Amino acid sequence: MAIAFPVPRADVLAKRDRVIAALRAIVPGEGVITEEKERRAFETDALTSYRRLPMVVVLPETTEQVAAILAFCHAEGVPVVARGAGTSLCGGSIPQEDAVVLGVAKMNRVLDVNFADRTMRVEAGITNLAISGEVAHAGFFYAPDPSSQLACTIAGNVAMNSGGAHCLKYGVTANNILGLKLVTVEGEIVEIGGGALDSPGYDLIGLLVGSEGQLGVVTEVTVRILRQAEGARPVLFGFREIAQAGQTVSDIIGAGIIPVAIEYMDREAIHICEAFAKAGYPLDVEAMLIIEVEGSESEMEAMLARIVEIARRHDVATVKESKSAMETAAIWKGRKSAFGATGRVADYICMDGTIPTGRLPDVLEGIDRIVKGYGLRVANVFHAGDGNLHPLVMFNVNDPAEQVKAEHAGEDILRLCVQLGGCLTGEHGVGIEKRDLMREQFTEVDLLQQTRIKTALDPQWLLNPAKVFPLDAPRDEASREAA
Amino acid sequence: MAVAGGGTRAGLGRPVQAAATVSTAKLSGITLYEPAELVIAAKAGTPLREVTEALAAKGQRLPFEPMDHRPLYGTAGEPTVGGIAAANVSGPARINLGAARDSMIGLKFVNGLAEDVKSGGRVMKNVTGLDLVKALAGSLGTLAVFHEVCFKVLPKAEGERTLAVTGLSIPQAVAALSAALGSPFEPTGAAHLPASGGETARTLIRIEGFSASLAYRTDALSRLLAPFGAVETLEAETSAGLWAGIRDAAAFAGTDEAVWRISVPPSAAPALAERLAPLEPRLMLDWGGGLVWAGVAATGDAGAGRVHAAAKAAGGYATLVRAAETVRGAVDVFSPPAGPLMAIQRKMKASFDPDGVLNPGRMYPGV
Repeated sequence: MAIAFPVPRADVLAKRDRVIAALRAIVPGEGVITEEKERRAFETDALTSYRRLPMVVVLPETTEQVAAILAFCHAEGVPVVARGAGTSLCGGSIPQEDAVVLGVAKMNRVLDVNFADRTMRVEAGITNLAISGEVAHAGFFYAPDPSSQLACTIAGNVAMNSGGAHCLKYGVTANNILGLKLVTVEGEIVEIGGGALDSPGYDLIGLLVGSEGQLGVVTEVTVRILRQAEGARPVLFGFREIAQAGQTVSDIIGAGIIPVAIEYMDREAIHICEAFAKAGYPLDVEAMLIIEVEGSESEMEAMLARIVEIARRHDVATVKESKSAMETAAIWKGRKSAFGATGRVADYICMDGTIPTGRLPDVLEGIDRIVKGYGLRVANVFHAGDGNLHPLVMFNVNDPAEQVKAEHAGEDILRLCVQLGGCLTGEHGVGIEKRDLMREQFTEVDLLQQTRIKTALDPQWLLNPAKVFPLDAPRDEASREAA
Repeated sequence: MAVAGGGTRAGLGRPVQAAATVSTAKLSGITLYEPAELVIAAKAGTPLREVTEALAAKGQRLPFEPMDHRPLYGTAGEPTVGGIAAANVSGPARINLGAARDSMIGLKFVNGLAEDVKSGGRVMKNVTGLDLVKALAGSLGTLAVFHEVCFKVLPKAEGERTLAVTGLSIPQAVAALSAALGSPFEPTGAAHLPASGGETARTLIRIEGFSASLAYRTDALSRLLAPFGAVETLEAETSAGLWAGIRDAAAFAGTDEAVWRISVPPSAAPALAERLAPLEPRLMLDWGGGLVWAGVAATGDAGAGRVHAAAKAAGGYATLVRAAETVRGAVDVFSPPAGPLMAIQRKMKASFDPDGVLNPGRMYPGV
């Protein structure tokens, strides 16, 4: 296994009985999970090739319980791994043997819906899709839509600053959050922001969103909800050459058109997803774009006419417009199940780099070269409008040598993304998976500024340990001594 | 050490006692502009005008419609890119297109320890490591001196129009704005200018887009707003002038009032206005009621006690945007955060500027 875990601390392991007793005093009944077979359910997330059995799992039901758990763990020096639904693709919620897993899934109530102000306050364990579901009857929705939205929680979305297919228009999690209730590692409850667009002082919401559980545990979230467009229609565009698809994307944006989504799939991904979703994807092309527009019937027609005209200039081979809600659902089902569908044909690791969109042909060629160099296959699915790539590098998990090759290929792809002016991760997060690549993107000083904030808010480095920062990341002396 | 850009908003915040000033004015120039990637980067001292002109030449714009503070403060000089970022300066379009912090995707800065640090980059989606870009947006030079900022940008809309309803009270206006903002027609401006002097109140909703879409949305919104009164349509030029005035709080330019900016949940704006009434303020509402500008008599504490209490009761917070230095040194310019929240502010300050070198006290005493 390539990714290292810290050696469990014997002093913490020795306290196990005391930790369990203390947690039982805070969370009564079935909320404290100690049996090994039940703890197994929490040993990994969506980065399933890595797993560690946690010392104990606690599932609190109130913010006050979360505060008491953290106050205890902080006083005792026990690591805590916060967990939503465990759908992280980067190992962001993988525990370790000396850690308490603090799952927020039972805290899933809607606390307030305010249509006049277009906000909604929810507990952090609610699923992404349930938020939209709560307000759909009134024609509203919560915009960020990660593919795992049926299962993933807003807690995890906040931790990872999740995106989705529609963030080209609506932004990512950070752009859609107005308030957080944070429990600090010391167990203090802090209200940040709320119903207003501005909140006083530094932008702590901006800092906390995407902080991967490093700085505290979020128990409540105030989100912006938006009115749904009158209609939405995806159109499939098939191209015989990859460059034609890339140029079409550039020209659409250059023409002042921002569709709500522009998704790209290569031949391999098209075939895998079509076999699974029967979405009517064209099978005789090298690249496909799903471009979705929104608005009234006449607005969508006008915008699509412009887009089709641009695609024709680049010799588009297939244009297929959705003719019904069922077709629309099928088109998106194919795209959103790309990871699951790929999982049916092979094991895979999913990379998440972002590149400047102008470098698309270079990066696709580079990915092809890298993956072939390791003798592997890749399916490319990505958000073309914002350059967020999801190459799925396929391998056989029962062949350890092949898994190592796949991991190396993934790392090489991310290095390429950074070299081309992009970044390691666009929406999945760093977790354990990309932790050791952080130096590709950041200097020691860049990392030190980040770890100073970590140390300021979590002096003992107890929260979600061994994630985000390389294990030997630079820290100020004070924090090393405390750790 | 005081931190300065173009100096056009030097009156924002608490007065700073500094032995020296560092200016970014000579760090100037656009360093990257890729229209097809919707991204522009410039050194911190680059005049905003240079950026907006470069964008306009390619039919693009900064989405957050930054306010020009010069009319309000009576300052000269050029607003800079760094100043926009440091003060998170946003305008009416924020209601739909986000604030400056939502468009900021990369930042290079020097912290209080004289370390040259970067965060983010030039791509729109980036969750690699802690998001220091947002943490620093609006930090008013108290955490770091910025030297390069990267923004994501948007195409300029093909056209704009404003729908106006006259004679509404503040509660009626907020209800009308809420109805418009809760519609599928995506207003990019939602403001209310209450009656003052001889002028009747005007409630304004801006829509932008392709011309066919504008015509359709004008009709649809007019029907939606009909219950609130007769709807007048203002065409592009009139509309643009009107929103520039709202963006820059032009109603308060050249007056001797103290000026407050109060951020609240929109539906709390009417109650806020009532609580402020004893100050006999001149009000202007933007962001659907979520931003309340209030001009009050510049005497005593400029109403600080009442304004902060009213903002708190409304679930929001207030900033004393314009007042004499003596007043800004004596009262809370920014509503003070509650205890535990203030503690985190201080930890943030210590993480970037442990010795308290940069813009000491501009935001809070000791921060």
